Amino acid sequence: MKKALFITALLFVGLGLVSEAQNGYKIGDKADDFSLKGVDGKNHSMSDYSEAKGFIIVFTCNHCPYSVAYEDRIIELQNNYGPKGFQVIAINPNDPISYPSDGYEPMIERAKEKGFNFPYLVDEGQALYPKYGATRTPHIFILDNERTVKYIGAIDNATTEKKVTEKFAENALNALLEGNDPEVAETKAIGCSIKAKK
Amino acid sequence: MHKTIVVILLIFSTVALTAQVQEYEHFDDFKKERLTSFSEDTIYVINFWATWCKPCVKELPYFDQLEEIEFDKPTKVLLVSLDLQFTIESRLLPFIEKRNVKSEVIVLTDEDTNSWIDKISPNWSGALPATIIIRNQKQYFYEKTYESLEELKQEIINTKNP
Repeated sequence: MKKALFITALLFVGLGLVSEAQNGYKIGDKADDFSLKGVDGKNHSMSDYSEAKGFIIVFTCNHCPYSVAYEDRIIELQNNYGPKGFQVIAINPNDPISYPSDGYEPMIERAKEKGFNFPYLVDEGQALYPKYGATRTPHIFILDNERTVKYIGAIDNATTEKKVTEKFAENALNALLEGNDPEVAETKAIGCSIKAKK
Repeated sequence: MHKTIVVILLIFSTVALTAQVQEYEHFDDFKKERLTSFSEDTIYVINFWATWCKPCVKELPYFDQLEEIEFDKPTKVLLVSLDLQFTIESRLLPFIEKRNVKSEVIVLTDEDTNSWIDKISPNWSGALPATIIIRNQKQYFYEKTYESLEELKQEIINTKNP
């Protein structure tokens, strides 16, 4: 009896893990807004940008070499698509105890060093990234002005910039600017797993 | 005679000094050579990792001990590094040497990862580390970090009666 209970309990734990992995936004879902502290000390929300045509939400961090490799490309996205109405908002979802270099102070330093031209926010309490379904850094979500999820995945198809042959995020943004849904709406990439607090 | 021994010693010391890893630049070659023929007499454990990935590095010693542990069948471990090509010499090889990694390491440098992640498993988001266990031609996929050798051993045992 006890064994049966134990097995049932295990099954539920197992199911819990599975459903957690599949949680998060799908294409077409409406994403929740947030109010998170940025490296400028202020809180930021999507509702701050009433004129925006949409948002490029980037879950990224300091410690992950994949994130670092994409920093310049994220800055470029803001340079090229910010003026067209798509605002980049970067969010660091990692537990700073597991990764001290992902703490608030190092975030401020990194943003200054690289000249981030977009808000870089802390997912304090780690409540936002599971809601979006972010699993790795960098992991991006492109939303339209109604905060409907239009694209989920990678920025492009190679970490080494000169090996890139497909610019997924740019293609998705260009489609949205023309009033179309992205042809490729979901992609995957190798990234650093997001570390949840224990 | 002495000369021969010296030469042999030299060869051995060179081998010991420079760890070698086979590199796959194209996923399809990797798949063809490493993911197609599996014997039912062996349990295969394939771990995807990278030297820059902290949880991967932490669990790596558990994987590296598996071949010495007695399961119901012999175990073969393959460590598939996803380190970038330009860091193979500077990071991956020194890492293998320094940590004295005994299991076979190969490096997969096909950066078009979106084109092949689903071919490993549609359940893989792309986050590292990730592991597949192959037993009796069946593949079991896990996107998780093992906190102990016990936990990893249990995962392998569980594939006996899934």
